[in-house]
Amino acid sequence: MTTPLLSPAPPSPAERAAAVTARAVIATRASGGHTRLETLRSEPPLTVRQTGPGLVHLVSTGAGPLGGDRLTLVIDVAPGTALEVRSVASTLVLPGPSPADSLMMIDAHVGAGASLRFTPEPTVLAAGCSHRMAVRLSLAEDATVFWREEIVFGRHGERPGRCRARFDATVAGRPLLRQELVVGHPEVEGSPAVYGDARCVGSTLVAGPAWDAAHDSKRERRATIGAGWAALPLAGPGVLASALAQDTVELRARLGRAEQAAAVPPER
Amino acid sequence: MGANHDDHHDAADPHGRALRLGIGGPVGSGKTALVAALCRSLGPSMRLGVVTNDIYTTEDAEFLRRAGVLDPERILAVQTGCCPHTAIRDDIAANIDAVETLEERFGPLDLVIVESGGDNLTATFSRGLADRQIFVLDVSGGDKVPRKGGPGVTTADLLVINKTDLAPLVGADLTVMSRDAAAVREGRPVLFTSIREDRSAHSVAEWVTSLVGSWHHQNDHTHDHSAPTNA
Amino acid sequence: MQNDRRKGGMRGSPDAALLLLADSRLPAGGHAHSGGAEEAVRLGTITGPEDLARFLRGRLATAGLVSAALAAAACELASAGHDEQAAAHDEQTGGRDGQSDDPAGRWRQLDAEADARTASPAQREASRVQGRLLIRSARRIWPSPVLDLLAKAVPNGVHHPIALGAAAASAGCDPYQSALAAAYNAVTGPATAAVRLLGLDPVTVHRLLADLAPALNDAAHAACASLIDDVVMEPGAADPFGPYGTANGDAKGSTRGPGWPALPGHAAPALDLLAEGHHSNTMKLFVS
Ligand SMILES: Nc1nc2c(ncn2[C@@H]2O[C@H](COP(=O)(O)OP(=O)(O)OP(=O)(O)O)[C@@H](O)[C@H]2O)c(=O)[nH]1
Ligand SMILES: [Mg+2]
Repeated sequence: MTTPLLSPAPPSPAERAAAVTARAVIATRASGGHTRLETLRSEPPLTVRQTGPGLVHLVSTGAGPLGGDRLTLVIDVAPGTALEVRSVASTLVLPGPSPADSLMMIDAHVGAGASLRFTPEPTVLAAGCSHRMAVRLSLAEDATVFWREEIVFGRHGERPGRCRARFDATVAGRPLLRQELVVGHPEVEGSPAVYGDARCVGSTLVAGPAWDAAHDSKRERRATIGAGWAALPLAGPGVLASALAQDTVELRARLGRAEQAAAVPPER
Repeated sequence: MGANHDDHHDAADPHGRALRLGIGGPVGSGKTALVAALCRSLGPSMRLGVVTNDIYTTEDAEFLRRAGVLDPERILAVQTGCCPHTAIRDDIAANIDAVETLEERFGPLDLVIVESGGDNLTATFSRGLADRQIFVLDVSGGDKVPRKGGPGVTTADLLVINKTDLAPLVGADLTVMSRDAAAVREGRPVLFTSIREDRSAHSVAEWVTSLVGSWHHQNDHTHDHSAPTNA
Repeated sequence: MQNDRRKGGMRGSPDAALLLLADSRLPAGGHAHSGGAEEAVRLGTITGPEDLARFLRGRLATAGLVSAALAAAACELASAGHDEQAAAHDEQTGGRDGQSDDPAGRWRQLDAEADARTASPAQREASRVQGRLLIRSARRIWPSPVLDLLAKAVPNGVHHPIALGAAAASAGCDPYQSALAAAYNAVTGPATAAVRLLGLDPVTVHRLLADLAPALNDAAHAACASLIDDVVMEPGAADPFGPYGTANGDAKGSTRGPGWPALPGHAAPALDLLAEGHHSNTMKLFVS
């Protein structure tokens, strides 16, 4: 299972004649009170590199994902360890050699007392793409997570391709957040109920035992809101920061404010 | 029809629960003023709860809370989505929920007052919500209002004609109002008030007190407070 | 499911029951909820029939679909006998969580699935209030042991689509009809609110609703399809987790099919913002 760090030569888009299936793995291990990277396995175009203690960057080696690609990232944060995952650049999803959807799956588990911070750059849906994302995030009872997802509806001035992004987070097997963002489909396009006139959407899940306030379903904890953003306390131990914006700069600013509000644990 | 005072079988099982008193009437006639007056005069001797039905937001509830006539927690506001009469007559679910929430939190109670949002002369309470109801008019609409009638004026258990202090100013003749009301109300009571001058609305408070007394006399033979009032 | 529509219910006339259940005159508090429309009107994102149409279509494709699926799941659960419920539960969870022989626990589990699909606290609150009101009325209109059980299992109010599914089952409806009622509810409330708030021509707005009829059917069908193992999982969504599972052994469901966790979870970030904005607005006519 353990493979040494790979440094593949990035193939150019022209070389990408066929769709690829790739799976990368990041796994930590506790070692003398520190976090060690137990497994760091890349498979082009999914490359993972350690860039600091407990810090891993996703490096895009080559274009895509392209139509037909099936990419899987497995993240396993061992009990008591801390991991941060970022990416070097945004992900540009393009139509590809195959008419099939491009798929990006992330399967992440955060163990007891462990913490994961996942803050990649935005995913940009280029015109004509047909993309699916699925994140399955399972948290141990007292795990902590900060998980950001930003989707940009097309490059500048471009109509977006299609995308469905499903996100399922559970805490000790109990559902915390299940949501699916659908972009570029006619039912939701331009709907004041879904994205309004926004060109990008961001959501960040902040969760952990600190947000597990005694819950009274008749009196919900109140949200914090601002222009185009909200920090939404979930029914379970977490808060969803959510933002809509015209461009990535505005999105980051709004989502940042929502994340700040979300980061404040509730009073007990 | 709204309030037929001798046939209340539609209301949910009354045993062991508070009397539910609806207060309705046109906009600005003094419903909230009357609720405040009743809280003032009955508060010391009865266990009370109040539900308001505001048009916008929780204005009446806030007024009552600020007036300090009742523990603010015992005042709940219901929103009516542009349709105050719907919430007291056709779809009373939110009001029932508010009444039962008060009884759950503070019960047992003697009296829960439900103030309707100001509406027109046709708005009356469903018997599923209010056991008895008061309709509040004021003199400023002129002395023709009782003659024009409408279910509120004709069928309410008590008709209150408020703001008598303004009668000389608006040229309303109280004897005409009294006579016209009596003509359509088949002997049901009418009381004239000026809540501005009598901040406890004594005459109305007396009427309510005797109502609550006979309510408990009728319904207290079972003291089963755990019975679901609306199951 | 859809095919034995006549058999599944406890009473004889499911189609008529569906009409009663979906009617805005059903006394269950729905008239005071605008589903975000009041705030959208206040902010100027709904100004007339065109943007109202887009609002309704988007609402149906997101919150409406999720409600429809939850209603269908609730109807199915309510229609199953308690023994069956326990057995299904055992099979799905391996009896791990100790709730397997507890039907009330099963209802709480479905309610938790609704919670996880409703990020906005204002929306959760509105949904629970409406659920509580509906259960109260439904227990008097269509009395049944399952509604009594549900009222006890979630005393502060179960989420509205779940209440709707359970009420529908008690009225004799099947999961498809429950889903249809939920989808219909998701658009008619906001449409009526917009008529009142903007003074729109009610005939024009009903025309918009008529145009949505095929989409309502589609949503109800999609909701029911999502109840059937594996059918819901479009290619690609199903298999990422099949081969690998998750590190904590959560993968048990992958062989048997997804069950409730895989029900649609379509989010509408704008509705979330509208719901919270509406909640903090002090000058409003509707509850939500
Ligand atoms: N002059 C005079 N004014 C009164 C009297 N009673 C109430 N008012 C005033 O009439 C106004 C309306 O009274 P409210 O009690 O708010 O009337 P309401 O029927 O609750 O009004 P809505 O709830 O808005 O329909 C207030 O300014 C009161 O102070 C009275 O006896 N005499
Ligand atoms: Mg008032």
